[in-house]
Amino acid sequence: MADDTQDNKTPQDTPKSTPESSVEKKVTTPTPDSAPEKPAPKAVAKPKPPAKPKAPAEPPVAPSADKLVVSSSPHFLNDESIPKIMHNVVLALVPAMAASVYYYGLRAVLLLVVCLVTCLVTEHLFLMARKRPTKIYDGSAAITGILLGLMLPPGFSIFGAILGSFFAVAVGKQLFGGLGYNIFNPALLGRAFLMATYPVMSTSWMEPRTVQAAVDAVSAATPLALLKFEGEFSPVLNMFTGNVAGSMGETSVIAILIGGLFLRYKGYINWKLPLGYLGTIAMFSGIFWLIDPSKYANPLFHLCAGGAMLGAWFMVTDMVTSPTTPKGQWIFVVCAGILAVVIRLFGGLPEGVMYSILFMNAFVPLINRHTRPKIFGTMKRNSH
Amino acid sequence: MGLKTFDRGIHPAYNKELASSKAITPAALPKTVIIPLRQHAGAPCTALVKKGDVVEEGQKIADVEAFVSAPIHASISGKVKEIDLYQHPVGMKVPSIVITGDGEKKDWGTSGGVTVDLASLTPDAIRTTIRESGIVGMGGAGFPTAVKLNAPKGKKIDTIVLNGCECEPYLTADHRIMLEEADKVVWGMRALMKGVGAPNGFIGIEDNKKDAIEAIKLALGPSCTDIKVIELETKYPQGAEKMLIKAALNRKVPKGKLPLDVGVVVNNVGTAAAIFDALNYGKPLIERVVTVSGNGIKEPKNLLCRIGTTFEEIIKQCGGLKEGGEFEVLNGGPMMGIAQMQLDVPVIKGTSGITALMGEVIKPKKYDACIRCASCVEACPMALMPYRLGDYGNMQRLDDFNGWGGFDCIECGCCSYVCPSKRPLLQWIRLGKLRVRQNQQAQQEQAQLAEQASAK
Repeated sequence: MADDTQDNKTPQDTPKSTPESSVEKKVTTPTPDSAPEKPAPKAVAKPKPPAKPKAPAEPPVAPSADKLVVSSSPHFLNDESIPKIMHNVVLALVPAMAASVYYYGLRAVLLLVVCLVTCLVTEHLFLMARKRPTKIYDGSAAITGILLGLMLPPGFSIFGAILGSFFAVAVGKQLFGGLGYNIFNPALLGRAFLMATYPVMSTSWMEPRTVQAAVDAVSAATPLALLKFEGEFSPVLNMFTGNVAGSMGETSVIAILIGGLFLRYKGYINWKLPLGYLGTIAMFSGIFWLIDPSKYANPLFHLCAGGAMLGAWFMVTDMVTSPTTPKGQWIFVVCAGILAVVIRLFGGLPEGVMYSILFMNAFVPLINRHTRPKIFGTMKRNSH
Repeated sequence: MGLKTFDRGIHPAYNKELASSKAITPAALPKTVIIPLRQHAGAPCTALVKKGDVVEEGQKIADVEAFVSAPIHASISGKVKEIDLYQHPVGMKVPSIVITGDGEKKDWGTSGGVTVDLASLTPDAIRTTIRESGIVGMGGAGFPTAVKLNAPKGKKIDTIVLNGCECEPYLTADHRIMLEEADKVVWGMRALMKGVGAPNGFIGIEDNKKDAIEAIKLALGPSCTDIKVIELETKYPQGAEKMLIKAALNRKVPKGKLPLDVGVVVNNVGTAAAIFDALNYGKPLIERVVTVSGNGIKEPKNLLCRIGTTFEEIIKQCGGLKEGGEFEVLNGGPMMGIAQMQLDVPVIKGTSGITALMGEVIKPKKYDACIRCASCVEACPMALMPYRLGDYGNMQRLDDFNGWGGFDCIECGCCSYVCPSKRPLLQWIRLGKLRVRQNQQAQQEQAQLAEQASAK
């Protein structure tokens, strides 16, 4: 501040100043409001010698001692930020986390905490190694951890969870260059990695606590597996509330919906993505259901089963790994939706959400490139 | 909802309440004015007076033969002090005429109502008066109005659109003009329509200015059929020419073309009011309404300022800047305004507002990686992909920059505004444009050199 007062004053005294400065001085010596405040710093500033030589380089600021900032427009930005968006996503995941704790108890808490902490620590270590400022508070690594945790079977080993979380952040995100540069959704990549390294544990499920008390069995099959391997339909109402076997946070449709709608309300997700994905799943599975209802499940079942809801609201909508163009977003969700149903109905696996999204993630750069919006004023031939 | 508008765009905080209730008041007559010889798009003027000449208020003091130009008039009476380079609010130093006033005020009789019968004026006479009165677009771009009205042969203009959107945050000058001088605006509109032979007129006003819509409707009268008021959704940049034409008429100006290619001429409401004064009282464009606002101004106002009054003097009449800290003083509003390095720059014909910002908004922001959230794609009124253009501009991938439509950018700033990573997208796009132009220039120079060498 003191330097500025000095700088502001000098240009007027220099001989080079434009002839108007004499007029200027008369008309515009300290503006009335700054007068009572400013004399003091000016007096202090004067004896300070180092400011002098610097003075000519500075633009001749107005005589009022206030500093003028110069920048290029726009000078007005909204108050969104990456941490704000990410923290809201974390908040939106709270119902799903609560549901997982309700159905699986302390086991769920343990797994979620392990995944969360591992992701944050990995992120921090990698950023340190890359000599970047730590950004673990921006919430993006936390989302990866929570999502991965929610996708694990409740009986999953702690060491496996640590390994998966490390892989998700290290390979899925940091090796690509960190936030914004990854091609694949890190949490899904971590889950796919665990699917390959722990194939048995990744597909062994247990009944939620609410059912365990009634039935005397711990291990169980998910509705999708029951359908695929036993040809047995599970009641959709149980799937809606989450009272079925499955990954900890994927089973409770209602909890995920609350979080997803919250994000939509906040404007952080484009309605096209979740609704397009779910809509495609419903329509495509509906075709087969209409052909043979005894063999294929109805669309509602497919919407509520497995990871469809969690994937639709929290993974398809991942900003970094989904297309940016309106047309591209449609292509992305429709293809992913069809793929998920195809894997569910005809693939070797009971569940296809994870691979459908990961597979389409790989095409996002290509989709973006070829679905550029038509620039305003681009005309069709022969039209106005 | 349901109101007419264009696609995409943003909803910034408008902050118009600071000045929207303040009636237009004339600013104190300045003792000295600095009148730049370049206040319009096109060829700069040359001075018609020299140092020491005595000039009268409203006297033409600069002009040029070129077609795209507008003469400049003395905004106060007095003596020409000098003609020299002065800082211009748009950034560079420009030859300017400095007049020291004698304190005399000329009475133009502008409150006398209509004095001329519009039916008696020929379109040619209207255009000539507009040209000779030095009227340019008063929304900011400063394109000479008479040139707009001179449609090239083979082009038919059927519609005049009057721009009363005023979509820039903080600014309220047009709002006040529509409220207080609705009759002038409507009369000026009719003059414009006659001047160009357009049968239809539309006045586009955003729905955050309900009182202005009412005032204009009242001025039009119930039996008016040729001019329609169109209520538009409040959205930035509604006032951008191409967006306004799309919103009001559902016509799209083709890429690289002008509004007149779709038979439309767009003018600002302030311009229409100035045309009224010029045709009725022979008053050239020597003063304009300037909104002085922003969170750094003590008493926001709408002042009627003489062209050439310094920002400093005007800010002083609004109680000055608030105490302490740093300020960003803009010629225009916060979305497209140009930050000033000094406050002794003059108000020019295109200065619709002086916005002084302080505090958090002007702190330099650190930017982060792009998370491809597509906010900018969803905001860009030109349907560009700003996040890519920004990268191409920044990384100097100029072929890609051109290929992805860098030069279609209208620099409205929506992309930078919405970016959650605070990436300076528009600034990078400008950089890209600059580099492309520099390369073109360098190539031309090289070609010339080669030509000279081969000639030898």
